[in-house]
Amino acid sequence: MNPSLPFFVLATLSVFSALMVVLSRKPVHSVLYLIFCFFTIGGHYLLLNAQFLFAVHIIVYAGAIMVLFLFTLMFINMNKELEPHKSNLLKGAATIAAGCLLLVLVAITKGAETLPAISKSSDIGTVSNLGKALYGQYLLPFELISILLLTAMVGAVMLGKKDVE
Amino acid sequence: MNSILQVIPLNYYVALAAILFSIGVMGVMFRRNAIIVFMCIELMLNAVNMLLTAFSTYHGDASGQVMVFFIMAVAAAEVAVGLAILVMIYNNIRTVDINELNKLKW
Repeated sequence: MNPSLPFFVLATLSVFSALMVVLSRKPVHSVLYLIFCFFTIGGHYLLLNAQFLFAVHIIVYAGAIMVLFLFTLMFINMNKELEPHKSNLLKGAATIAAGCLLLVLVAITKGAETLPAISKSSDIGTVSNLGKALYGQYLLPFELISILLLTAMVGAVMLGKKDVE
Repeated sequence: MNSILQVIPLNYYVALAAILFSIGVMGVMFRRNAIIVFMCIELMLNAVNMLLTAFSTYHGDASGQVMVFFIMAVAAAEVAVGLAILVMIYNNIRTVDINELNKLKW
């Protein structure tokens, strides 16, 4: 079997599901396609030997963030196609602008030399390695993240209350 | 599993991340439902995360993956606050159509 086959299968699936997020009519379908897209990106993490990030990605994105999206969609009952779509002119302009962005992004990396892969330390994505980095060199940002999450939680609760005086 | 580093050049990951990011940008400009605009922003964050992971793995440096971990935490906080704001907007004006939210537009 061609060893590069998993990458291309996963890449095709990611691009397809990402396009369907944008193009599908019903918001719930968009959410489901986005969950699928996140799983394919998780597959890319596995291919890149980043097991810790794979686990965190599945737990945080597919497990928490997408459930939050689905819950909000059902909370405000958005399953009907009630948004009038933008005019075709604006849609075409959006597509052309995104295509131009893609062109620029690809063009600036076109002539760059490829970084040769350093294969000697392929276990940097393991839990023990990243744990040592998180609790050693990056201890301060790691603790500050907890303050950020606490602030976000308090803010979300305060915004969600019915009457804030 | 190590063979992926040998058979896939880093450029392919750069191209894939660029494509996913552009799709996210297109979605932000394309749709009028604010929740889907949010989802497209998540898509862009994920493209960047994947690129950071690819660079980190190819370079053999764990710092990139630590940054991805932090980006995920920030994204979670952003989504929680953003969706709370959207629910509040919906409670007040009964729509999340971004074309209706034009009070701050000159």
